[in-house]
This record gives sequence, structure tokens and C-alpha cells, in this order.
Amino acid sequence: MSDATRHSAPRTSLYTLSPLTKRRNATEKRFKVYGLIAISIGILALLVLLTSIFSNGRSAFMQTYVTLDVLLPAEKLDKNGNRDIEEMKAVSTFGYAPLITNALISRLDEIGFATDLKKKEIGAIVSKEAAAQLRNFVLANPDSLDTTVTFEFLAGGRIDGYMKGRVDHESAALDNKVSPEQLDIVDALIETGSLEKRFNWAFLTAPDASGQRPEAAGLGVAFLGSLYMMVVVLFLALPVGVAASIYLEEFSKQSRLTDIIEVNISNLAAVPSIVYGILGLAIFINFAGLPQSAPIVGGLVLTLMTLPTIIISTRASLKSVPPSIRDAALGVGASKMQTVFHHVLPLAAPGILTGTIIGLAQALGETAPLLLIGMVAFVREYPAGPPEGFFDPASALPVQVYNWTQRADPAFVERASGAIIVLLIFLILMNAVAVLLRRRFERRW
Amino acid sequence: MSCLKLTASTIVIAAVSATAAAARDQVQIAGSSTVLPYAAIVAEAFGENFDFPTPVVESGGSSAGLKKFCEGVGEGTIDVANASRRIKDAEVAKCAENGVTDIIEVRIGYDGIVFASDINGNAFEFTPEDWYRALSDTIVVDGEVVANTVTMWNEVNPDLPAQEIQAFIPGTKHGTREVFEDKMILAGCEAVGDYDVFFEANGGDKKAAQKQCINLRTDGRTVDIDGDYTETLARIESNKDGIGVFGLAFYENNTNLLQVATMSGVVPSTETISTGEYPVSRPLFFYVKAAHIGVIPGLKEYAEFFVSEEIAGPDGPLAEYGLVADPELEATQAAVSNENNM
Repeated sequence: MSDATRHSAPRTSLYTLSPLTKRRNATEKRFKVYGLIAISIGILALLVLLTSIFSNGRSAFMQTYVTLDVLLPAEKLDKNGNRDIEEMKAVSTFGYAPLITNALISRLDEIGFATDLKKKEIGAIVSKEAAAQLRNFVLANPDSLDTTVTFEFLAGGRIDGYMKGRVDHESAALDNKVSPEQLDIVDALIETGSLEKRFNWAFLTAPDASGQRPEAAGLGVAFLGSLYMMVVVLFLALPVGVAASIYLEEFSKQSRLTDIIEVNISNLAAVPSIVYGILGLAIFINFAGLPQSAPIVGGLVLTLMTLPTIIISTRASLKSVPPSIRDAALGVGASKMQTVFHHVLPLAAPGILTGTIIGLAQALGETAPLLLIGMVAFVREYPAGPPEGFFDPASALPVQVYNWTQRADPAFVERASGAIIVLLIFLILMNAVAVLLRRRFERRW
Repeated sequence: MSCLKLTASTIVIAAVSATAAAARDQVQIAGSSTVLPYAAIVAEAFGENFDFPTPVVESGGSSAGLKKFCEGVGEGTIDVANASRRIKDAEVAKCAENGVTDIIEVRIGYDGIVFASDINGNAFEFTPEDWYRALSDTIVVDGEVVANTVTMWNEVNPDLPAQEIQAFIPGTKHGTREVFEDKMILAGCEAVGDYDVFFEANGGDKKAAQKQCINLRTDGRTVDIDGDYTETLARIESNKDGIGVFGLAFYENNTNLLQVATMSGVVPSTETISTGEYPVSRPLFFYVKAAHIGVIPGLKEYAEFFVSEEIAGPDGPLAEYGLVADPELEATQAAVSNENNM
């Protein structure tokens, strides 16, 4: 009998593979190849995206400035001569613009550059923002009248494009907004050191600008708006979300009702974000009478959107605390409340924080719900400091990207990509903190 | 959970509404994306030159803006609606229903609609007839109504270059689409005489005949662009045969990438549009809620500043950006300062 079985199973060596093993190994190898292909497609797509964003957006962090000595004639800026600020306000930026053009012309005379361009065309080398800069300076320093003051003005968008290689003499010949003669002036100004390109802090701090001055547009207001919204989300979603999860996980009895609630939370996490915008418009603006375009409303809407994410992750991390901890605490006489707050919650905290940060990062990149509550707008005024600032109009970082991609001037392309880079850096930072927290504090049981 | 959330949010709302009672101090504007760049330029200059804060300008389209405008009177509603078309009677009625009875209509100027293609491609000299023949769903051949199957521009008109027909036109949510249909397709339809044939075929139904004129082909020769002109430009950059419909201001900003086609022999420019020689243009408006004047600080000043000579005049920044200045600007200025209601 034992002989028979020995003969029926053919002797095989572990060193020679049977056809079955070969087939199984081949399948495994194929699967690994599929996996590699999938990952490389993903990495390739990411690389293409990042290169296109970085190659377009890098230049947004540099900006061209013109240094000019401007004479501030009192007879034009303060006709009555009594240095009354209110009277001086009557001169609008349209009255200041010619002063800058004159300053540029006298600078060209100084360096001996002759041009037959019209005054208006020479003036177009300097940004339209410059007139406002000059007016603000004069109104702040009325004593500077009748003196010559040195200013650093932004160069016009096309001139900036020339410094960044976006515009050249060839394209300028076809361009209605810039001419090759203007570029010749620019070349002369570069040689004499009046015009230079340097790091652009204003891109991070200045407010948005209209389509006529892409060179002046910055992320300042969007930045504050996003910050205020994140503060609102953090201070509302975290306590509410954690309280809800603790109740559901530790105190409530398993019943049909909690089942329904559980299913609904998972559902809400997957609801398209625009739905929260509709809800926000109906409840917070139309019913509660909160102002439009305000970060508080944006924050409330994003809170609703982030809550399910936070609740789900909080419940998961509460669940991962082993029951023995609770039993031990209860065993030495702690109340249920003490058990949860003294023992379970601290152990679950890293997971809760990770979930919260991921939820915040998600909320930071969201535009759709803001569309309906009026935050997708042209806002130039900085919101005030908190708490009043929560009710002032503001925009948000992703909104600024969306707005800039719609502008006609090609200079906004680099601004939009630059804003994407800023947003990406923030997202990477937030996610890195989440990973770090998890690595550092998470306990495995 | 939903219940808990609702209670939580109600508490929050109650808490914040109490502090939010302070009056709104900046003008709120919403509406047409065509008017948006102009409104942004004016808002910016307004904020720089007045002590009032810079107005907040939202886009979203003429219809959406007017809908918001007509929601009612009060600080929670917007003060100004931008529109690339005149307000409709139905919208005025809707406004009145919600208590918005006094509306000041302000015409800021005209917007030209231009046809442009890749700078290195063929030059085009169009007439509305060409566009009707190229894009209409059905055309009349020898008195018979047949489906449109032309594929090349020179089949439409032997004077045009031999280039594939590929048009990128504004989608139906844009106010520009209506102007395109009216002033190009319908005008072309009437000019070649197909309208009369459709009129007969539809038993004398004017509406149906017009509809048959402006029904565009759906075989991919014409593509609706629902996004902005930046999308149209991107399409032309990837398909050099494409011809796109743009606003004059957008074209003016991208003349190094696009070449513009003439229409009935006229080159579009602010001059030819203001004289009416260039046929495809439309007026732009904004509407002011008269009840908010005196309540929202700076509202009237904003409206007056918008139509002032130094802003909306032929040498102002708006004209520089591509707006065709209104020859009757003085009448508009008077109407705004007298707060003439519609």
C-alpha cells in the first residue's frame, strides 16, 4: 500500500520547477509588471503635470521693476497750495500718470536715448499701478511736493514678459499691446541699471489686480481668505467631529438609528462639494443673513464638508484603541467619561489629528462650494483682522487660480501656475505634518 | 449625526449673526463675464481714487447676475448686476415681484465680436452668408432643403482659402451666442434667401423659420465652447485649422497669436464698431438697484465714476482694454446722476 502511494506520486526535485509552479510564477511576474506599468503611468502623469506647472509658474516669483526719479510739482498736485489732504485727493490717479511718463522721458534724455514714440507709448512701459503708488505716497507725505523722489515702480506686464522671455521683438511686432521700439527703450534702461528683475514678494502679499495690470496681481487677499476659512473649519469641525465620534463610538448603543446615522455619514463624505455650497447659500446667507463673499460663510460650508471625513477617521482611530485599555481603566474604578478622556482619547489623538489635517487640506483646495456663496470674485480689499475680518469679503487660493486662468492677458498664465505652486506647497506641508504625526506618535498594538 | 450637525450649525449661526449686524460698506456686483474685466478695472480705479472700499465683483453670467439682483432689496442682496444684454421683461417682472422696482439701466459701451484664427494660417474675409452656409444644419440647394455636408471653406465661397471648416463658437450659456446667432447666422440666412424658403416650408411660421436658420450642424464641424475665450484660444493652438469666436478685448490682448478675419470687408476695431460699420457687436450694461443708493456707501459714486469721461470715454482705460466707447456717453452720465429709473 505504502509502495503504491510512493509510486503514484512522481518524484520531483525542489530544484526543477513543475509546470504548475512555472505557471504560477509567471502569473506573479506578470502581475508585478502590470503594477510597475500602473505606477509608472501615474508617476509620468505627475511629472508632466509638475513640469508644466513649474515651467509656467516659476517666473511668477520674479518681477521687473523700474527705478525712476519723479518730480512732484505742487501746482499740479495741490492747486491751492495749502497742503490740505482732502483737497489733494481731488487729483485722481489719472492726474498722476503723466508725472511718471515725464520722469521716464527725462531719464531717457539723461542716458541719451532718442525715440520717436508717443508719450503714451513711453508711459506704457511702467505699470498702471504706479500712478496709484505715487498718489498714495504723496497723500501720505504732503511735504514731499516740489521735490524729486526716487521710486521703484512695477514695469508693465508685457515688459515683464520680455524680461522673462515670454515676449521678444518678433512677437512684439505683432502685438497690439507692445512694440519693438518700446523693447529698445527697455534694453537701454537695463544697460543703465534702471530696470531689473528680482524676487517678487508682492506676489504673495499684494491683492488681486484687474486684467490691465497682471504685473500687480498677488495672492494676499486669497491667502488671508483661505487662512480665515481654515481657522473656522478647525475650530468648528474638530470639536464637533470629535464629540460626535466619541459619542457614537463609546457611549451610544448599537441600534437601528446609529446604523442609519453611520450610513449617512459615509454618504455625506462622498457628496459632491457643490451640494454643500447650495446648502450654504440657502442656510447661511438667505436664512441666517450672513454676508456674501465672507470667509465665515466659506468656513461654515467647508466645515460641513470636512465633518464626515473627520468623524470617519476619528471613529477609526478610537476603534483601534484596544478594549483592554478601557477594561483596565474601568477595572480600577474610572468612570466611563474618565476612561474615554483620560485613556482612550490621548491614545487616539495622533490618528484624529492626521484625519483632521487631511480634511483641512481637502477643504483648502476646494472651489466649487465657494462659487455659490460669492467668494469666486474680484476682491482687492484685505479683510480686517479677526474677528471682524471673518465677515469681510475675501477670496481663496484655489479661487484665485480659477479667476486668473480666465483672464485674457497671457501674463496671467504664469500667475495662475504660480498660485498653483503656492497651493501645492501648502498641501505638501500639511500632508507631511500628517504623516509625521502618524509616524511619531501612533502606537501599534 | 445630521441632527447634531444641524443644532451645532444653528448655534454657530446664532452666535455669528449677532456680531454680523454691522452694515455692509462695500458695493457688491455680480453678472456677465464679458463685463467682468471692465468692472474690475473700474472697481480697482474706484478703490484707488475714493475713500470707499474697492467693490467686490463676481462673475457667473448675465442671467445668473440678474437673478441674484432680483432676489430682493436689502444688504444681503447685490447692488449692481452686469449684463451683456438688455434686461428681459420677465426679469423686470420678477424683480418687481420681489420688491426691486427702481432699476437704473446704464449702458457702458459696445463689445465687438470677432472671428480669429491662428496667426500663421490663412487669412479670411468673411461675410455672414459664408458662416450661415458653413455651419447651418440645413441649407437650401436648388430650392430643396438638404442637410449641410460642406467640409471646406472654399466650397462655401470660392474666394475663401481651401481649409477645413472647424469653428469654435460660444456655448449657449454665453450671451455672445445669441448675438452670434442673430447677427451672423440669421443675417446670413436672410441674405442668401434661405429664410424665405424655410418660411414657406414651415407654413408661414416666423419663429420656426428662424429656428431652422440658426440650428447649427452637430457633426463636429462646429464646437460649442462653454468655458472662456482662453479655452477657445487653446483649441485653436492645438487645431490650427480652427476659427474661433472672441470678444474684441480678448483678441486685442492676444494679437501675437491670433489674426482677425474681416466681416463684409470691414476690419473689427473700436472705431469701425462705434461707427456701426462692423456688423457684429452688442451693447453692454449694468443695472443699479436705486433703493440701495444712500444705503450702501459709494454705490452712486461708483456708477457715476464708471461712466465718467476719464474711464469710459474713448481715451479711457476701458477703451484701451477693448471696450467700444458709447457715442452717447453724456446722456448716460446725465441719466445716472439724475437716477433715472427704467
